[in-house]
Amino acid sequence: MNDMRLQESRSLLRVFTCGSVDDGKSTLIGRLLFDTDNVPDDQRTALLWDSKRYGTNGTEVDYALLVDGLEAEREQGITIDVAYRFVATRRRKFIIADTPGHEQYTRNMATGASNAEVAVLLIDATQGLQPQTRRHAAIADLLGIRTIVLAINKIDLICYSQSRFMEIASMFHDFAAKFHFSSITPIPLSARHGDNVVWRSANMPWYDGPTILEHLESIEPERAEVGPFRLPVQWVNRPDASFRGYAGTIASGTVRPGDSVVISGSGRVTKVARIVAADGDRNTARAGDAVTLTIADAIDISRGDVIASSDSRPEVADQFAADLIWMDAADLLPGRPYLFRIGTATVSGVVSRIKHKLDIDHLEHLAADRLSLNEIGAVNVALASPVSFDPYEANRRMGAFIVIDRVTNTTAGAGMIRFPLRRANNIHRQAVTIRSTDRVARNRHRPAILWFTGLSGAGKSTIANLLEARLHAAGAHTYLLDGDNIRHGLNRDLGFTDADRVENIRRVAEVAKLFADAGLIVLVSFISPFRAERQMARELVEPGIFHEVFVDTPIEVCRSRDPKGLYRKADAGQIRNFTGIDSAYESPEDPEFWLRTVDSAPEALVDSLYGELAPAIGLEDSP
Amino acid sequence: MYLTEHASDLDVLEAEGIEIIREAAASFRKPVMLYSIGKDSSVMLHLARKAFYPAKLPFPLLHIDTGWKFREMILHRDATVKQLGLDLIVRTNTEAAANGINPFDHAASVYTQVMKTEALKSALDEFSFDAAFGGARRDEEKSRAKERIFSIRNARHGWDPKSQRPELWNLFNPALAPGQTMRVFPLSNWTEVDIWSYIAREKINVVPLYFAKPRPVVERNGQLLMVDDHRFRLLSNETPKLRSVRFRTLGCYPLTAAIESTASTLEAIISEMAHSRLSERQGRLIDHDDTAAMEKKKREGYF
Repeated sequence: MNDMRLQESRSLLRVFTCGSVDDGKSTLIGRLLFDTDNVPDDQRTALLWDSKRYGTNGTEVDYALLVDGLEAEREQGITIDVAYRFVATRRRKFIIADTPGHEQYTRNMATGASNAEVAVLLIDATQGLQPQTRRHAAIADLLGIRTIVLAINKIDLICYSQSRFMEIASMFHDFAAKFHFSSITPIPLSARHGDNVVWRSANMPWYDGPTILEHLESIEPERAEVGPFRLPVQWVNRPDASFRGYAGTIASGTVRPGDSVVISGSGRVTKVARIVAADGDRNTARAGDAVTLTIADAIDISRGDVIASSDSRPEVADQFAADLIWMDAADLLPGRPYLFRIGTATVSGVVSRIKHKLDIDHLEHLAADRLSLNEIGAVNVALASPVSFDPYEANRRMGAFIVIDRVTNTTAGAGMIRFPLRRANNIHRQAVTIRSTDRVARNRHRPAILWFTGLSGAGKSTIANLLEARLHAAGAHTYLLDGDNIRHGLNRDLGFTDADRVENIRRVAEVAKLFADAGLIVLVSFISPFRAERQMARELVEPGIFHEVFVDTPIEVCRSRDPKGLYRKADAGQIRNFTGIDSAYESPEDPEFWLRTVDSAPEALVDSLYGELAPAIGLEDSP
Repeated sequence: MYLTEHASDLDVLEAEGIEIIREAAASFRKPVMLYSIGKDSSVMLHLARKAFYPAKLPFPLLHIDTGWKFREMILHRDATVKQLGLDLIVRTNTEAAANGINPFDHAASVYTQVMKTEALKSALDEFSFDAAFGGARRDEEKSRAKERIFSIRNARHGWDPKSQRPELWNLFNPALAPGQTMRVFPLSNWTEVDIWSYIAREKINVVPLYFAKPRPVVERNGQLLMVDDHRFRLLSNETPKLRSVRFRTLGCYPLTAAIESTASTLEAIISEMAHSRLSERQGRLIDHDDTAAMEKKKREGYF
């Protein structure tokens, strides 16, 4: 069946499988591979040998062993991670993402579903619909899967009962009515014995529908080329001054030379000049093609821009509503800066609000101030700059995004954009006449933000106070933002949870930015325990303005100084979430100024700090 | 209007490969393409040239030469580099070679670790490449089926299969901590069948060893070993015989077995494969230690 072909072409379908732990997913895929002759002889031999060593079926062949790849998995008899398998027949090549049903199921399922057009949802006929079945259907729906194959497995164990099969299928139909599936096809099968997988079963004369394979071969894949033209620019191809091409993969629609297109973002309109390819220019290209276009006008286009149909344009916004799946062990906190990858653009941004999280077992909405691993939330996202997108249901490639943790670099979340938020669009920035350069000329020094970070009792406020007095004496315009003082006013509504600490720093960073814009030297004295927020504060302003000052005092020294008696209380359990005790402090890795307080007196530290700072901001001592 | 005909599976795979290559070129400071001269490398190189046409490749190629490659492989490599105007770096673990590490006296696992894995690691470090393209496919071997397309390596180039990043849509995460590097696999979703069909469709030149012709071989432990040069050590009872053979996979010559075949054209190879009952890596003696051999090698930094 695995015929080779030179001329004739076959299509490709991406499928993913899901179901509870013992529903037989790996067995089904192993069986599909085996019965379509996609398993070579030496691997068949290894299978027989492995079945004896690791198999869970006694003396029978354990087809699951064909797909359980890693050593650890074979020993434990479970599937740890998403695996990709290939089944080829005359008509079609299938890429099958095999996603495990146990722990991490949300994360793994979302991964498998993200590129799939069809979900094969397994149900154990002896068990019927399980809570896991509901979860899997909900996640498939969220990820935009519209075609469901309901593989009702282990039918041999219920004596090939038609009535039980019909009952399960009908229960699923009722349950799935609230989702957006366009087709649900129930198929009775036994993966272990091969009934209705590739070969029609003689055990179920009452069933005249297709086998799993027949059905998968006949499904019509989704047709992204029907939508409006979208090309997220991946790479600017500029071998020499005479050629400038824009390369990327078409996310939807078709394109021809002469088509009118808009460069989303700048809003400039131009025409497509050529579709360049190694074997000669093409006269058309469509969704899914990796192309290089040239355009008629010299317009500045870079990676992250989208070339789009000029009469059907994508959204351009810096805020949007989305569903977000959290995949990281560290919680998502609103206000904490992350990197967002949308199309070919990468921008920093925050989740500005969690509207609710989804209780996936009951499909209910719960209030939440954070998202933990494998939780799903409806959120608002605010980005540092606008991006081009379409809603996820209109176009997956234009509406999907991932969230990257800026410190650990992990892929922490995956999101689906639902709609743009207009807030930011309707508030246009007011152009001002007096600019920061004018203020610099008046002040005789450049603005700066000196961000003092360190443990409670490290000496931040003492040093910041001394430095401010010194700067003031030199004629500089200064302002000191002190953590404790701000918490009595602007931030009086915030507590000390991680989420509130993030918001605390965000507000202070914004205030510091305004003061710096006003030309001041701003001294910020805040514990600010997390790297990500300090990084966010740094990136709010032009390079060269933000200076991180690490007041480095070991916790034992802070504890023994204990100027406000806080360590005593925290050690006695009277204060919770105290930095350094039951809440983390992430030391700066590369601060502009590193003050080690155990070696020097505060006055000496301020002397050297001032000595370096003054020339850096163009400050000369007043006569 | 829209087109009525579906894209073929090869069109889809080609576009996916090109997208991955462009994405890595745009995301990393200093990428390099591992070039092993074989059919998969040839397809990967072809995709890269399409991805950046009319420009040249924006990264160099790197070949780890163990000194035990078939002579025809080296000829093919040099001809390809010249014909296409490629920037090729060749590196060998010369110290180990001088110390006499060779595939006859040393176990396949030791030889592979020293001459391939160590040589690769030191070449990546020498140029401080932060990403390397490889032609590995998920269908080759079980542990590869779970590897990401953008697959992260620690500072010692090791792979940790249990802490892989989730990989969704076409949104790859290129972020690296200091010392980490990335392996990028544009052919992840290709099978051996796809590779040959694509080579035929695109008329890509490959090493002649893939095509059957009479070659001097000895039969040892059920494997057909080709006597490529005078360094091949014959056992006392062995005499090379001319037999019509070809290779399904190419590696170091005494460690890669040939198969008996008369398939001397692409059409014949493809037809032979349709009836073949053995897997591709079956001729790779280095995989045979035990079922989890590949997973172990990859943890140690094998590509």
